Amino acid sequence: MSELKKSWLLHLGIVALLFVLQFVLPSYHHASMARIMVLTCYAMGYNILFGYTGLLSLGHALFFAAGMYGLSLSMQHLEWLAGPALIIGLLSGVVVSLTIGLLLLRTTGVAFMIVTLMFSQAGYLTVLYFGEFTRGDEGLVIQQELRSIAGIDLSDPTSRYFAALLLMTICIIVSLRVVQAGFGRVLVAIRENNERTRMLGYDIQRHKLSAIVLSGTMSAAAGACYCLLFGYAGATFASVQYSIFPLLWVLLGGAGTVLGPFVGTLFMFYLIDLSSGLTTAYMLIAGFSLVMLTLFAPQGLVGEIRRRGLRWLP
Amino acid sequence: MNLLSTHNLSRKFGGITAVDNISFVIPTGQVRALIGPNGAGKTTFVSMLSGRIAATEGQVFFDGIDVTKEPAHLRIRAGMAYTFQITSIYGRLSVFENVALAVRWQTIGDENETKRRVEDALAEVGISDRATQLAGDLSYGHQRLLEIAMGLCQRPKLLILDEPTQGLADSEINQFIRLISNLRGVMTILLIEHNIDVVMRSADAITVLNNGKVLAEGSPKEIHENAAVQAAYLGTS
Repeated sequence: MSELKKSWLLHLGIVALLFVLQFVLPSYHHASMARIMVLTCYAMGYNILFGYTGLLSLGHALFFAAGMYGLSLSMQHLEWLAGPALIIGLLSGVVVSLTIGLLLLRTTGVAFMIVTLMFSQAGYLTVLYFGEFTRGDEGLVIQQELRSIAGIDLSDPTSRYFAALLLMTICIIVSLRVVQAGFGRVLVAIRENNERTRMLGYDIQRHKLSAIVLSGTMSAAAGACYCLLFGYAGATFASVQYSIFPLLWVLLGGAGTVLGPFVGTLFMFYLIDLSSGLTTAYMLIAGFSLVMLTLFAPQGLVGEIRRRGLRWLP
Repeated sequence: MNLLSTHNLSRKFGGITAVDNISFVIPTGQVRALIGPNGAGKTTFVSMLSGRIAATEGQVFFDGIDVTKEPAHLRIRAGMAYTFQITSIYGRLSVFENVALAVRWQTIGDENETKRRVEDALAEVGISDRATQLAGDLSYGHQRLLEIAMGLCQRPKLLILDEPTQGLADSEINQFIRLISNLRGVMTILLIEHNIDVVMRSADAITVLNNGKVLAEGSPKEIHENAAVQAAYLGTS
């Protein structure tokens, strides 16, 4: 079997497994899993830029929040239906990432990190500043009866789970296609050796910009869906904490692997969930596990599996 | 017909003029060597040809077009290939993928064609059996050959080789000279080289740089007998 076939089988197999889990998971884990799948899409978006292109962003919450507020503000204040509002959420992601991306191209290395951080802080403060519309920290609650598309009530746990699974499946397919295509290989080449790639005849800036827009739009899609499925948009999601989360998830799961973001998000979610059941110092347990993983599996969980044998993992 | 020419090309770094007013011509099909002592401006000069750094003054013409303002990747796409002085490969990617990256913008989605072109280039430099290895695991000599294969496979009009034999063993140098003679007539070659023996055996014409200026130009025999060149190299003037 070719490596291409193997990787499609593996990834679609995981989608199928998650599909079956819907029917067997107890309700608490069922709800958690829906949340994990949406956040995974955020991490997958982050991974396109960080894992594949090698650009470390400290401000992805800006894109997540762009999707979230694109959707919630147009529903709340323009009284749009969920479907068109979702499209607005996605478009917000495209516009914000394209605009920021054009400015980011002027920076490299540490400056890139700092500038992403600054922009996302500016975004966070903007959300607070326009508290009249966004209700700042308190946040906006989307009424349950509004959270439906084509007659499907997305606040219902089953349809919410499937909606999250659908989004994640789309993100997996997009990621796989990108990684297998020439475009994704050039992104990896840029990560590995920027100057060499330029001197092989590739337009580095254009590729980086495309990666930023793709990554930002995937993150915005996750933000918009999170808001739609769980009915809430708050300033916390635009804060620096939410910029660090995807970095941690991706590092834990394995940067530059398609499945890494899912494994990392799942692992971190349950690590905090389980340890907070044991002690109030749960962040200590989480922190300790992170340090251990960084020491003994620096390439992340999926990265380690790839290193130890499954070389074909995309 | 000249493939490449420069007109009064200069580059200043602060107060230092690394390349000073060089007008230079390579006829199509020639194997031209560029030699000179350390710090003569060779790498700065070819970096301006390929667009890695911008010229302070002057112009570069490639294949009849003024490319002075064009970014590097467009010059590469117009038919220049550049190999780095300090080996610059993708150490964590396979040898095959290293070369494939160099041709994919030419084969546009046709992976069979990519595969064929990569195999040809690897065979040409003699490292076909290493295709699946990680490039970083190759010996230094093989990495140099990989670097050349990445340039070759693009089938450029002009192949710029910056110190290709640096650090190679004698047997590998002989193989390299054979490679150059095979390419004679297929593409125009600009060879920056320290090893005078390699230059004398492979070049049709030689340009000598010293202090950012052209000191002498001519056939290998003429250069060999040129007193000024000997003085620059031996420091006896």
